[in-house]
Amino acid sequence: MTFTRTLLTTSALVAVGGAAFADGHMASDMTLVSWGGAYQASQQKAYVEPYAAANAGVTAVWDESSAEAVAKLRAMNEAGNITWDLVDVVAADAIRLCDEGLAMEINADEDLAAAPDGTPASEDFGDLLVSDCFIPQIVYSTTFGYRTDLVGDTAPTDVCAVFDTEAYPGKRSLEKRPINNMEWALICDGVGKDDVYSVLETAEGQERALAKLDTIKDDVIWWSAGADTPQLLADGEVVMGSTYNGRFFSLIEEQKQPVAMLWDAQVFDLDGWIIPAGLPEDRLARVKDFVKFATDTQRLADQSKYISYGPARLSSAPLVGKHADLGIDMAPHMPTDPENAKNTFLYNYEFWADYRDDIDAKFQAWLAQ
Amino acid sequence: MTSVPDTSSSGKVLAADGTPLKQSLNRALRRQKLRALALIAPLLIFVLVSFVAPILDMLFRSVENQLISDNLPATVVALEEWDPTSGELPSEAVYEAFAGDLQAAIAIKMHTRIGSRLNYEKPGISSLFRKAGRQVKKWDVPNDGPYKEKFIDLNKGFGDVEIWRTMKTYSGAYTNGYFLNSIDMQKGADGAEMRPENERIYIKLFIRTLIMSLVITCSCIALGYPVAWILANLPARTANLLMILVLLPFWTSLLVRTSAWKVMLQQQGVVNDTLVWLGLVADDSRLALINNQTGTIIAMTHILLPFMILPLYSVMQTISPTYLRAAKSLGATNWTAFWRVYFPQSVPGIGAGSILVFILAIGYYITPELVGGTKGVFISNRIAFHISSSLNWGLAAALGAILLAVVMALYWAYDKIVGIDNVKLG
Repeated sequence: MTFTRTLLTTSALVAVGGAAFADGHMASDMTLVSWGGAYQASQQKAYVEPYAAANAGVTAVWDESSAEAVAKLRAMNEAGNITWDLVDVVAADAIRLCDEGLAMEINADEDLAAAPDGTPASEDFGDLLVSDCFIPQIVYSTTFGYRTDLVGDTAPTDVCAVFDTEAYPGKRSLEKRPINNMEWALICDGVGKDDVYSVLETAEGQERALAKLDTIKDDVIWWSAGADTPQLLADGEVVMGSTYNGRFFSLIEEQKQPVAMLWDAQVFDLDGWIIPAGLPEDRLARVKDFVKFATDTQRLADQSKYISYGPARLSSAPLVGKHADLGIDMAPHMPTDPENAKNTFLYNYEFWADYRDDIDAKFQAWLAQ
Repeated sequence: MTSVPDTSSSGKVLAADGTPLKQSLNRALRRQKLRALALIAPLLIFVLVSFVAPILDMLFRSVENQLISDNLPATVVALEEWDPTSGELPSEAVYEAFAGDLQAAIAIKMHTRIGSRLNYEKPGISSLFRKAGRQVKKWDVPNDGPYKEKFIDLNKGFGDVEIWRTMKTYSGAYTNGYFLNSIDMQKGADGAEMRPENERIYIKLFIRTLIMSLVITCSCIALGYPVAWILANLPARTANLLMILVLLPFWTSLLVRTSAWKVMLQQQGVVNDTLVWLGLVADDSRLALINNQTGTIIAMTHILLPFMILPLYSVMQTISPTYLRAAKSLGATNWTAFWRVYFPQSVPGIGAGSILVFILAIGYYITPELVGGTKGVFISNRIAFHISSSLNWGLAAALGAILLAVVMALYWAYDKIVGIDNVKLG
């Protein structure tokens, strides 16, 4: 009895305390969804810690479910119980969530902070606002790295080195999905960069890409987690392999492995936030307040102190400084740095939204043969 | 029962309160049954609500197709009169009905979901619906027709007979399309047909899953049987110590064990390094032990081995060593004594272990995903892909339903051949 009363009093106190801490009608805790690892740590340091310092009593809990975010949000929506407040997803997933009405549409100029010089957010983010629901954070790229001690005298400079098993014998690691691989195969089969998607739309084009991939099929180790390629390179299992540029940064600069990057034909992609549709008012107010803070010019620039992904705002670029622990200049490690971005390739969201199932079936059938 | 049976008047046996004994007994038994049911009710309700109901709900998605008939009702009715084999586009009435339906769907943000649903059957429909969505919501239906030209102006995709044929084919409230897809078939212009050769994957994966699960079960028997025999025949103290060694990996995380196999088996890994150092394998022709079927079989055999050893051990413990001694004293050789006397008594343990290992293996997906490469993955990896990446839950449900049916059929066959009563877990 006494115990029950104590419990009740305590919870009442906690409830009152929580309400007192939250200013106005905002909820005092948030559930943020991200990818885990170094990336989530950079968000914690650049966004959450300064926000919590400025707003006493606000707590954020992380859920490392971004990889399954679309499926889980759909299930939550069907169950009528949205437990997430803010979800970090890649742009392609944001588009799908927005299409299905699972993510909330935002008004960039109203919901996001303007640049310090007064440029409205819609211009500061520019083309990167690829969907009405998407709040971009970073530009990342999928690109290749190679073992400097295993490629002989002439280091590769061209993405087609991946398909050249004579000059660079040994295994390569590629992602176990058609996206990016089909494009690289066509480029190395002589298709112009601008024609890639019109070729890939046709059955013949898809066959052609698979035929090109077929030439190296026996030399490929297929990965499904971003950490695989760095591990395979460090172990000397592969000569070269693709993964996200931030993973290469930590492999080369933090772990000092004999690996160098091949920025040629890197594929740009975006990662950012979406707010799930159907949040209750107090939670929505809190998350909007947080997003406005977390995506302002300074905060996006701050994130690049911890990880080598480019900030999505134009106005953040000049503020990119040195790595927080290593003290090295981060600008040359950004995928958007002019030296690295000499030859880039832009991921076509629309195309893959439409053709993903179809091409994936062919790709998987090809893999299984 | 304290009552004395009274057989006097009617010839029926009566209980103390005068009711026939049979009836009274039945009532008592019914009460007992109800009490027993009430005792297990919490568990039963829990299992029904949290296990059976979600599974049935998920399986139901494999045939459910109300999305189109619910959201494009007028179009579905209008399409009934159109003959897709004529090769001509549907009439203006269909387009007008479609314009109205689409506007209503856009208002509740369903049009992209319909687009994705149809896109599973014909690529390109998703973007067609998405693009049309932006324009059609501004139209003033039904006053600013004719809609046939308007739609084709908007996107020439709407002038493709195939789009309308797909819509008509999948307009029913229920479909077998997902099931056809999961056995590499599709609905063509004239009924079900096989998919093109380069898109067939599922039958191959089903067969591979079954064969590899069988291989894993057999290697578990081969490795587990001697271990269980030693455990059962050692003095209790030593046996307990060894039992901990069997159970220890069982308590380690699945991911840790799988990753450990990566370190062991890769080409620059422990096993290959040792073989090269011993001179058994040349340095430039190291064995490919991982990212293929070998990797999956080795890692999964290791992970599932305790499920084989434990039932074998508990069955072998009950086999008295005197049988073997008796056989030998009657002149049997070691082999005959084992094969004719000991082995038949341990078969129930093999049966229990095999069922456990086989059924667990058939549904595994984390280990094959990590060490299986491309040729060592199972059907469950595709189910996981359709649940979390492609979001084609209907197809995932159909694949899952088939897998469930296959497991049940095998279980039934097992019961017929071996007899489930001959299976002992201890």
